[in-house]
Amino acid sequence: MSSFLVTHGLKTHFPIYRGAIFRKEIGTVKAVDGIDLQLRKGEILGLVGESGCGKSTLARTIMQLVPNTEGTVLLEGRDLSNLPKSSVRAERVNFQMIFQDPYASLNPRMTVFDTLGEAIQTRRKLPKRMLLEKVALLMNTVGLPANQMRRYPHEFSGGQRQRIAIARALAPEPKLIIADEPVSALDVSIQSQILNLIANLRHRMELTMIFISHDISVVKYISDRIAVMYLGRLVEIGPAADVVERPLHPYTRALVSAVPVPDPERERKRQRILLQGDPPSPMDPPTGCPFHPRCQFAIDACKVSRPELEEKEPGRFAACIRVGEI
Amino acid sequence: MALLEIEDLRTYFYTRAGIVRAVDGVSLSLSHGETMGIVGESGSGKSVTCYSILGLIPRPPGKIVSGVARFDGIDLLSCSDRQLRAIRGKRISMIFQDPMTSLNPYMRISDQLVEPLLVHEGMSRSGALIRAVESLEELGIQDASTRINLYPHQFSGGMRQRIMIAMALISRPEILIADEPTSALDVTVQAQILELIKQRQRELGTAVIFITHDLGVVASFCQYVTVMYAGRIVESAPTGELFARPMHPYSASLQQSIPALHQKGQPLYTIPGMPPDLTLDIEGCPFAPRCGHATAICREQRVALKEITSGHGTACIRFQRGELANTPLASTAAAL
Repeated sequence: MSSFLVTHGLKTHFPIYRGAIFRKEIGTVKAVDGIDLQLRKGEILGLVGESGCGKSTLARTIMQLVPNTEGTVLLEGRDLSNLPKSSVRAERVNFQMIFQDPYASLNPRMTVFDTLGEAIQTRRKLPKRMLLEKVALLMNTVGLPANQMRRYPHEFSGGQRQRIAIARALAPEPKLIIADEPVSALDVSIQSQILNLIANLRHRMELTMIFISHDISVVKYISDRIAVMYLGRLVEIGPAADVVERPLHPYTRALVSAVPVPDPERERKRQRILLQGDPPSPMDPPTGCPFHPRCQFAIDACKVSRPELEEKEPGRFAACIRVGEI
Repeated sequence: MALLEIEDLRTYFYTRAGIVRAVDGVSLSLSHGETMGIVGESGSGKSVTCYSILGLIPRPPGKIVSGVARFDGIDLLSCSDRQLRAIRGKRISMIFQDPMTSLNPYMRISDQLVEPLLVHEGMSRSGALIRAVESLEELGIQDASTRINLYPHQFSGGMRQRIMIAMALISRPEILIADEPTSALDVTVQAQILELIKQRQRELGTAVIFITHDLGVVASFCQYVTVMYAGRIVESAPTGELFARPMHPYSASLQQSIPALHQKGQPLYTIPGMPPDLTLDIEGCPFAPRCGHATAICREQRVALKEITSGHGTACIRFQRGELANTPLASTAAAL
């Protein structure tokens, strides 16, 4: 597999301090704790997990917005984690992000033309006339009328703003787009429009994307593979349909079964796994498998050592010692 | 007899941009112990409906223009503030979406929990505290007697929502209004919270109005569903009926747009256009501009909800006339 983006043993730890004058480190939050990931060019990887599991930190670490503590991030074979600060900035034009809240992620005092124009110019300076053309083209690409480029964000609806945010992400022709909950703030009918747009663009432009969401049905629809995170580690990764329909890891099972099905007939019949309690604190993760305190299949061996991600079926990886038995 | 009966409720907001008809002629009824879901997209008026009957609409700019909300022989809309205070939090209580902001960060949980008991039931503080601890235990919070002395920030989101539920149910209300109570929570915690509300509802016989935009939650939780669009009710049905035989193109389209039902690779169904501007007085059906079945008649006059089969009503005039009985409501809209 020719890998486009590779992370190897990626760790991002945040120290926690106490005291104002005699600051001392009292612990670390292991937000990202040893992630091995490979992305092909043109692939969409869905990233799911509960809040606080490290999804967003992982995304930020890949973009080098947060320096990693250990490990490497390779983009087309180049190691980003050891670059000097100035080159990191230059490199960042290759990454773009789409955020959750289109009301907060666009500058209210910049017109669509300003916003998209600026994003285009991060890659290369263009004369005004060409810039106008390019902005118009981008707006058409995301389904906005180009004659609205002089308008401000408040003149657009939530769905349209998210289209502007997508256009901005496409503008510098990035190598990788990270979409952090891009449809979570939108209503169902608008959500489907934006998902269609993303699906359509990825085919036309061969986009490589990490799509972060807590909504498993959305992730299943849009991504090729799904990675499930729990307490800073990957517990399962595999083809999207397989992970959702036949999850291997008990945590994935619980996560999938917790999603209510919009069909009362099936909803009544299906079995639910109710997880007890909240995810443990990443400051003080449990020994052994981090999921064992909430896992209904946990045995003594699960408390002893932390299971590694292993290939259980072709193309399907899980970090659980009991996959075959349960 | 219905426990709560709302008739022709209209709540308008008088803003500089014009009159926003947030709720425009809503009628619904709720029976004892029933669970009713109100679904709709943002701005459809589902929250404003519930806030109106509890007198929680900021006035001005809001104004209840017309309507009656009968609850046990009292019209909630014509109650004085003092009368409403005696009902709110005691006989009708509410859970809000965001447990992070709806608890007072400066007050211990214990003080917040006993407040309704001291105010409404005139209990002694010690008696109220015992009841408060019990109510936390009933919601599966361990070590309730010590943790009751903590502050809200010392709990996780799911725990805070449990505390909110305990607080809402502590005075054994007849109606619980839950406004997107699980939307800010993870799915795993959402499943726990829904299960808890269901269980407490069975024990106490409370009727629940559940406001949500998530059709999945409705399917798993509610017996009865009301679908709102642009301040009006477009369809009202027993849950199973609504999913099996939707009678309004909007409800059918909403169901179609959910990605869970789709095969990969196939484009998702989308509803063309956008919800209407509520400052305009819409003559006909508010969904007509986005509807594949709309004809001239849809734009002419307002249509009231009409019961087609037992308990299942629609505000689609073409469906009422029997013109759409055998047509798939959503897919034809997509073809256009």
